[in-house]
Amino acid sequence: MADSSLPAPRPDGFEGIVADWSSDQRAFKRVSWGKAMMWIFLLSDTFVFSIFLLGYMTARMSTPEDWPNTSEVFALHVGGADLPLLLIAIMTFVLISSSGTMAMAVRFGYARARRATAGLMYLTAALGAGFVGMQAFEWTKLIHEGVRPWSNPFGAEQFGASFFMITGFHGTHVSFGVLFLVIIATKIWRGEFDRRGRTWLKSGAGDYEAVEIMGLYWHFVDLVWVFIFAFFYLW
Amino acid sequence: MANTATASPATAHEEGQQHPLGLYFLVWGLLFVLSAFSYAVDYAGLEGLLRWALILVFMVLKAGLIVAVFMHVAWERLALVYAILLPPVVVLAFLGIMVVEADYTFLTRLSAFGGP
Repeated sequence: MADSSLPAPRPDGFEGIVADWSSDQRAFKRVSWGKAMMWIFLLSDTFVFSIFLLGYMTARMSTPEDWPNTSEVFALHVGGADLPLLLIAIMTFVLISSSGTMAMAVRFGYARARRATAGLMYLTAALGAGFVGMQAFEWTKLIHEGVRPWSNPFGAEQFGASFFMITGFHGTHVSFGVLFLVIIATKIWRGEFDRRGRTWLKSGAGDYEAVEIMGLYWHFVDLVWVFIFAFFYLW
Repeated sequence: MANTATASPATAHEEGQQHPLGLYFLVWGLLFVLSAFSYAVDYAGLEGLLRWALILVFMVLKAGLIVAVFMHVAWERLALVYAILLPPVVVLAFLGIMVVEADYTFLTRLSAFGGP
């Protein structure tokens, strides 16, 4: 970690960008290679999801048929009334809550509060698993109603392909996130991050940066959902 | 920039990202409120430009809060911030191209299949 700190005060602002990027040296000061690589991965993932959403936009704009009314398609029948988008709203709140618990796990990680960090990460994983569960319920409901990638009873045929592709990829990201959350949380709970020695997740005792890197991924999954919620469900 | 390196002795190693809990609770609450607002847009059945404008405003605010505070971008050096935030702007150019292309496909379908 010592090599990611700043050896001396460096200029800020645009002068700082030039100073950091020039002179044949590390471009990203104060950022370890693990964190820089996670950011670069997330940047590439940004393009993947951007292209999915652009493909969805193109399909929706170019079809002469009416696009299914998502407000009605995703409505839940509760207590004799159809509540529009209810399940999606609950999923949104669950994912935002998981982002909140993850942010606090990162904070407690840097405070080296072992149990609080692991506990909050387990809670994050549980909320993430709940999200995937609700998504599975939603998929089941839609498939029973006859939605297929090539056709559906509500309107334009491209709806099914866009829906399964975009939410499927996002759900896969959440699932892998849950898996890695459980792996890292378990290692922290066992105290592996407080032991000396280098592993693939830490460079020495008390190096909790892996929690922040995990957090970056998790917040990104939440971020993607913000865009899916706006463009696919609300638009 | 070598001259700036000699300005003062080496500073202490900076210890990760430590921010007050209250800030995280504030952002958490704001994200809840903004999500409720965007859901309310649909619940109220708003249509047209107003609907789209509100959806986009709430979306951008939520995304900004997550990236700036939860992902700690607000505290990173600009060299990293720009490396992350500038490349996705290119997507907007792609967006423009695909809007034109989709319009063309739509008109072609209308003339070939005689509309809905």
